[in-house]
Amino acid sequence: MNLRILGIALAVPCMALVLALVLAKNALAEPASRAEAIHVLSRLAYGPRPGDIERLARIGVDAYIDEQLHPDAISMPEPLTRRLQALSQGEMSQAGLITTYRRVIKAAMNDGSGGAPGGGVAMRNALYKKMAVHFGELRLTRAIDSPRQLEEVMDEFWFNHFNVVAGKGLDHVLIADYEREAIRPYVLGKFRDLLGATAKHPAMLFYLDNWLSSAASADARPRIAGTKAEISGLNENYARELMELHTLGADGGYTQQDVTALARMLTGWSFNPQLAGTGPTFRFVARLHDVGDKVWLDRPVTARGEAEGEWALDVLASHPATAHHIAYELAQYFVADDPPTALVERMARRFVESDGEIRAVLETLFASPEFRDPANFGAKFKTPYQYVVSAVRAAAIDVRNVRPLLATLTRLGMPLYGCQSPDGYKNTEDVWLNPDALAQRISFATALASGRIPLAKVIDDGIANDPYGRDTTESVDNPAADRPGSDAVMPLDSVALLATLGDRISPEARTRIAAADPPTLRAALVLGGPDFMRH
Amino acid sequence: MNRRKFLQTMVTAGAGTIWLGPNAWARTFDPGTASTRRLIVVFLRGAVDGLNLVVPYREANYYRQRPKIAIARPGEADGAVDLDGQFGLHPALSPLLPFWQQGSLAFVHAAGSPDPTRSHFDGQDNIESGTPGNKATRDGWLNRLEGALPADPALRAAPTRAVSIGAVLPRVFLGSNRVTTIASGATALRPSVLDRPKVNEAFASIYRDDARLGGTFREYVAARGDVVMALEQADPEMHEANNGAPPSYAFAGDAIRLAALMRRDRRVQLGFLAVSGWDTHANQGGAKGQLANLLTPFAQGMAALAQNLGAAYADTAIVVVSEFGRTVAQNGNGGTDHGHGNVMWLIGGNVAGGKVHGDWPGLDDGQLHDGRDLPVTTDYRTVLAQVCERHLLLPDAKLSDVFPTMPKQLTPIEVIRG
Repeated sequence: MNLRILGIALAVPCMALVLALVLAKNALAEPASRAEAIHVLSRLAYGPRPGDIERLARIGVDAYIDEQLHPDAISMPEPLTRRLQALSQGEMSQAGLITTYRRVIKAAMNDGSGGAPGGGVAMRNALYKKMAVHFGELRLTRAIDSPRQLEEVMDEFWFNHFNVVAGKGLDHVLIADYEREAIRPYVLGKFRDLLGATAKHPAMLFYLDNWLSSAASADARPRIAGTKAEISGLNENYARELMELHTLGADGGYTQQDVTALARMLTGWSFNPQLAGTGPTFRFVARLHDVGDKVWLDRPVTARGEAEGEWALDVLASHPATAHHIAYELAQYFVADDPPTALVERMARRFVESDGEIRAVLETLFASPEFRDPANFGAKFKTPYQYVVSAVRAAAIDVRNVRPLLATLTRLGMPLYGCQSPDGYKNTEDVWLNPDALAQRISFATALASGRIPLAKVIDDGIANDPYGRDTTESVDNPAADRPGSDAVMPLDSVALLATLGDRISPEARTRIAAADPPTLRAALVLGGPDFMRH
Repeated sequence: MNRRKFLQTMVTAGAGTIWLGPNAWARTFDPGTASTRRLIVVFLRGAVDGLNLVVPYREANYYRQRPKIAIARPGEADGAVDLDGQFGLHPALSPLLPFWQQGSLAFVHAAGSPDPTRSHFDGQDNIESGTPGNKATRDGWLNRLEGALPADPALRAAPTRAVSIGAVLPRVFLGSNRVTTIASGATALRPSVLDRPKVNEAFASIYRDDARLGGTFREYVAARGDVVMALEQADPEMHEANNGAPPSYAFAGDAIRLAALMRRDRRVQLGFLAVSGWDTHANQGGAKGQLANLLTPFAQGMAALAQNLGAAYADTAIVVVSEFGRTVAQNGNGGTDHGHGNVMWLIGGNVAGGKVHGDWPGLDDGQLHDGRDLPVTTDYRTVLAQVCERHLLLPDAKLSDVFPTMPKQLTPIEVIRG
């Protein structure tokens, strides 16, 4: 019960009594609810921005959770909307992107200049670089500034679950389209929709090679220059990861025969690289499809073309092993590295009962005593992504230049859209906590706090990607020696940071911070200290 | 801050700061008396196609099943380099031939984990936990090995006894014994803000209150000076050894830095490096092409690793391992899918080299695992156990600390000279 309701409920004549009760309630319950507010902001959002903890304490944790579960009702601030519109201007259609890629690849292959400026190779590399920054701007702008924080968190979660890598061929240009078309619309919706959309997106079809997979009798050539492979038989790559990573899980009870059978069922699921116009490029190529009968997960599958794959996705999306796998991943992401078994089971049950409705599973999760257990508050070690985004949010920096953040993520071992293997990044402490990683975070925190990272600089494409602008280590002891220029942000104020982060920074740490010498180190100690490494 | 300045900082910091004790300099390069036996593990993540690395060129089925991607027989155009009349090396690996000829490069074919998984992630877990099929194991065998190996107090206390290169601590090194991590690439030598005494002191103070992260912080500080000192001193030699040319491939650079660290600092006993990108499902090529393009810089990096160990080479074993092998047959796209048995490599002073070890089952259809893959006839733990016991001098009684269960090996192998 929040204070306002308490006040109304106790509308008794004696105001002094009310006041006394409110004060008592304040003294007893308020710290707990603030701790819960911080917890919810840490897990449903990328940490608090200035004023967030107070707002949550005011409206109540449950109201915030409900709000975040229905992001469409949260209005987007006008500047953010304008910014996102500007970023999306000139966005190409899927077909347009693929056409551009094909053209550039062809030019690169025919380039005899050895990479000279103006040549095909240089053109290709320039496109890749531009795309990488563009993808980073789209993602990070929203992650940092969107009030629909849970939507951003789930966007990251599901992209990672259905990972594709920007560094592989066609996916150099398709990342934003994949995220916008196949991930973002469904992050709180039906799992089956997410599964179907990723299965049919060219970024996934390309990444896990399904576009090359065919019946053994086929004899075709892929129509993208540089892809030398022939299409003349099965490729198991997607079928295996579809069961292992996307749905059933490695212990989901399938066999090698099931992998082969599913790969056969999915032959012909491809995209048309020569399409023009807008809309999806997915197509089912009947002549590549294996028309033989199959046996999959102990069930006979009679040949029926594209419908075999659709049916397989239905079966996988509603499979109890999938429910358990997804429940486990969500509980590990939101609650604890070793998620409580009882919670995972309840979430899996809700997944099955709701026919794979992600919002329903999250409701169960967020309302659970396990999620609300103070033992789990501040117990997760942040991933590099969570660390970097939360630091910029806490500092309330208006980021105009994401390059240093992208470079920092690379340096911390978590390049954005750069996870090569299809399992995506882990989010557990054992993976991310190690001596050098901690030192790298401290370096970033110190540079950020001193205002030396040129996050405010509006840059044209092609500027070198130096993560910290210049050498960041010189001016820490003596910031006056090198005043930030217009491209830098102001040095951060430790008092403001501490107010923003509330009790997440312990009293012991606050004492240490207050005693820091020189005082310019204080903000660095807030963001680089142990309390801010966790959430 | 430049390097010279860094060294000055190190020296002037000596008085009164915690992170560089007054004996740091002296400690760093104390050669000690006993020789330290070392181990470097190189993990090829993604399941490298061992059948195209160490090619069984006498097998008719190899050529039948791989019409587009097989490596030709020795003597033919772009053919394998003959090793022993039965196996040939992928031509891109020929920079390693001198090690074979001098008898310190060996292979174990049809090796791997007995667990049948074809999941990359379970497969890597199996190799790294050291307990294939048992997912409950939390720590990795290399970490357990660190705890089990006999060591004098100085070695046991050394912050750099176990070193991992890269931003992420690998599964194989998880556990209660300490491991230091060094950034991949030239970043390892970049000045850190924590090299500055005042900054270091301030952070040391705030980390003091945190048991878990404080320990990690202090491990960084303890190892940092040693690491930079060793790499600084090795740097000019590295340039010389490589004719001043920067390694063209990140692995080679990391390998050279690790080797330099081991050569300069005898207390660095266990090292780990990983290289990914071996999951060649499409268009992997044969003597030339995608896989060959990955192998060329990898072989150069491996040769540089061995060479840059210098005198330490005699006391070092390098093991190369991957989670599993790939299908005997090429798939529909000139690639290979996830298989089972693979080839392990060993390089080093005590390696019984010049030989392809193991019980080769042949590639006839009837011999294949699940009718499609090279079987595993040598459990990877058998190979590693011998490296631990014979090379690293792990007492027999301690082996079960590292590998709690050992397979029954039917064919004895002798990969380390007895």
